[in-house]
Amino acid sequence: MGEFFFMLVLLVDSTLRVAAPLVLAALGGLFAERSGVVDIGLEGKMLGAAFAAAAAAAVTGSAWLGLAAAVGVSVMLALLHGYACITHAGNQVVSGMALNIVVAGLTVVVGNAWFQRGGQTPQLTGDARFAPIDLPLAKTLEDVPVIGALYSEIVSGHNILVYMAAIAVPLVGWFVYRTRFGLRLRAVGENPAAVDTAGISVSGLRYRALIVGGALCGLSGAYLSIAHNAAFIRDMSAGKGYLALAALIFGKWRPVPTLVACLLFAFADAIQVRLQGTALPLVGVIPVQFIQVLPYVLTVLLLAGFVGRAVAPKAIGIPYVKER
Amino acid sequence: MTAAVPGAIASRSPALEARGIDKRFGPVHANRNISLVVRRGTIHGIIGENGAGKSTLMGILYGFHQPDSGEIRVDGQVQRFRSPQDALKAGIGMVHQHFMLVEPFTVVENVVLGAEDTFRIEGSLVRARAELEKLGRDYHLEVDVDATVADLTVGQRQRVEILKALYRGAQILILDEPTGVLTPQEADHLFRILRALKAEGKTVILITHKLREVLDVTDTVTVVRRGEVVAEVATATTTKESLAELMVGRKVLLRVDKTPAKPGEVVLDVAGLRVRDSAGVERVKGVSFQVRRGEIVGIAGVAGNGQSELLEALAGIRPVSGGTLRWKGVDITDDAGVRTAKGMRRLGLGHVPEDRQRMGLVAEFAASESAILGYHDDAPYNRNIILDRRIVSRECERQMAEYDVRPPNANLQTLAFSGGNQQKIIVAREVGHNPDVLLVGQPTRGVDIGAIEFIHKRLVALRDAGKGILLVSVELDEILSLSDRILVMFDGILVGELSPGQANERTVGLMMAGIRSEAA
Repeated sequence: MGEFFFMLVLLVDSTLRVAAPLVLAALGGLFAERSGVVDIGLEGKMLGAAFAAAAAAAVTGSAWLGLAAAVGVSVMLALLHGYACITHAGNQVVSGMALNIVVAGLTVVVGNAWFQRGGQTPQLTGDARFAPIDLPLAKTLEDVPVIGALYSEIVSGHNILVYMAAIAVPLVGWFVYRTRFGLRLRAVGENPAAVDTAGISVSGLRYRALIVGGALCGLSGAYLSIAHNAAFIRDMSAGKGYLALAALIFGKWRPVPTLVACLLFAFADAIQVRLQGTALPLVGVIPVQFIQVLPYVLTVLLLAGFVGRAVAPKAIGIPYVKER
Repeated sequence: MTAAVPGAIASRSPALEARGIDKRFGPVHANRNISLVVRRGTIHGIIGENGAGKSTLMGILYGFHQPDSGEIRVDGQVQRFRSPQDALKAGIGMVHQHFMLVEPFTVVENVVLGAEDTFRIEGSLVRARAELEKLGRDYHLEVDVDATVADLTVGQRQRVEILKALYRGAQILILDEPTGVLTPQEADHLFRILRALKAEGKTVILITHKLREVLDVTDTVTVVRRGEVVAEVATATTTKESLAELMVGRKVLLRVDKTPAKPGEVVLDVAGLRVRDSAGVERVKGVSFQVRRGEIVGIAGVAGNGQSELLEALAGIRPVSGGTLRWKGVDITDDAGVRTAKGMRRLGLGHVPEDRQRMGLVAEFAASESAILGYHDDAPYNRNIILDRRIVSRECERQMAEYDVRPPNANLQTLAFSGGNQQKIIVAREVGHNPDVLLVGQPTRGVDIGAIEFIHKRLVALRDAGKGILLVSVELDEILSLSDRILVMFDGILVGELSPGQANERTVGLMMAGIRSEAA
């Protein structure tokens, strides 16, 4: 029992660590998509932010400045996306994919020119990274059975961005469902003409949604390079942006179900890591590749079958052009 | 301009005035020097054919478009509207033809959208709820404020639109083609609302091309033709015929001119037909009738009583769940090779679908492509496996000339044509392939009066050429004037059959409401 409990605690712990960037990115995507703009560029923004965070933190030695750089870069990429598909009514998927491809190349090229380490940034230490935070009483409670382990291992001991992700969920929910901005945001993704005739600027709303979404995505990118890891590595987002987008769809564009989806994907990933090289009863050791594929297979299965019909915001993907 | 406005109305102060409004969209001169006076506490009709410039004018009055020249006065004050928001501030509210509602939102959320007064919406919602209940009572605008708009009927949605405008303090309400999507009952309800608004001193501007409504509910009428005001008359002093003439610019025959039918042999024979809708609900519950050569059989009924499913089943789009279907005496009910849209067309059954946007044509296609849909496999259009574009275009141009489709450009996208011209393209296509029986659903929905006259003439000509026609329409006028036999459908069954001599608005109207006639 003891050993199993301990393993479970570790599993949950690492689930949270993996889920945090997914949650932040998915919530960022929620703003964009609820406003009617497809956000397939989450992956690129995440990667760009990760690079900006690591580079800025390496140069300045401050994780907070790294975070600011990440948010700045991600917002700028979001604005670029907006310029292409809001101002110029371009295709949102094409623009988003272009962003992903450009960023994947640009981070390596710029990183190589800047740090001469084959696209990587220097290893970060000390204040240049977000270190785990021990919540009050974590040390004291450590030895208390069950509760101690739950509190000290699962609740305490994460970096600040994990807590930000946790707070972001209810905050985004409140924002989207209880505020004027949220009401308009949900409306513009469903029927932009209704928003326009009510005297509200459709483009203005969508730009603001992209900026908020970009900022959240920036946090998730920073998490990858200056919290979870200690440097930028090429392509380190490794599909997490797409996974976040899948979680958003699986969560039907609602904050809490999206959180649940992120946790599910993260849990699959945590199990995947734990199972690598472990001999299972009856089957023995499963090749690593088969196990690594688990979260992605789960994504496909969930999206294909178990979600039911995900009803997307009706105006998503359609540029708004005021009719004559 | 005639100034035959009676004293009682003329003495009221103008609520809204437009003077010398001019507007161009590129080469299109949509409004030419339009002047208009709408008096307080009246219902003012604006009529004109599709494309006459009514909608542009309204767009200018509520601030969606800006005029190139001319001025707008509200209560005597000159106003410049840069956006609908400005017009709203001046007290002008708009009810659009295509509702500007957010479907997953509740009624109260829709009303509050854009009129929220604080960052948190809770307070606004509470206030709006109370205000809406009061407005609902005052103006027969009862709607469940917490219902989701997606669950509301079209008539209820329209009420929400009106509530939206009133909630924002509109004193002048503009309604753009408000009855186009309503059932006759819903339209009556709307008119009660409009009269209640008028009684409370609000001003209503009603844009429509339906003459009956104008005569029914308005006090004064402005007639617009080709971007110009051609007349402003008091409703009480005018008639349907003279309005139609003003609108179209020539004498229009409102009553279809036709000789008695000479029915021939039975072509389509339907017995005990049952049809389910996509959700599996039985919508046609045992229907029997025949269509003979040389007659027009009209099916009257309020929309949603199974007519759509019946038409689709006959056309081969929807399977039948019971009963038999005979074509020239042959049972084809279970003939899988025939019971497809293509198979039925090959047999000689033409189909002008009810919903032309969804089933009649492809909006993004060129007119010439829409003009061969369903017949695109036919030999004349094809050279081996390649579509012969030249022949397709030439054929389309020929049809356009014959049916007076404007503009007569076969390469233009289908969506660039007005509703009436799109419908002409479809009718030309189906009639042109010489069917033995033509199914026609709502042939004149959203079609202007000149085109209605044209399409009706064509249908009668087809009948006189010895073809059978099955006409389904929710427009009672249309059924009464075209049909040689009238069947009334209610809740999936035919509740009666009438000859044109027996049928009038009252007898058919009662049957449409489900009250069986002894004549049945």
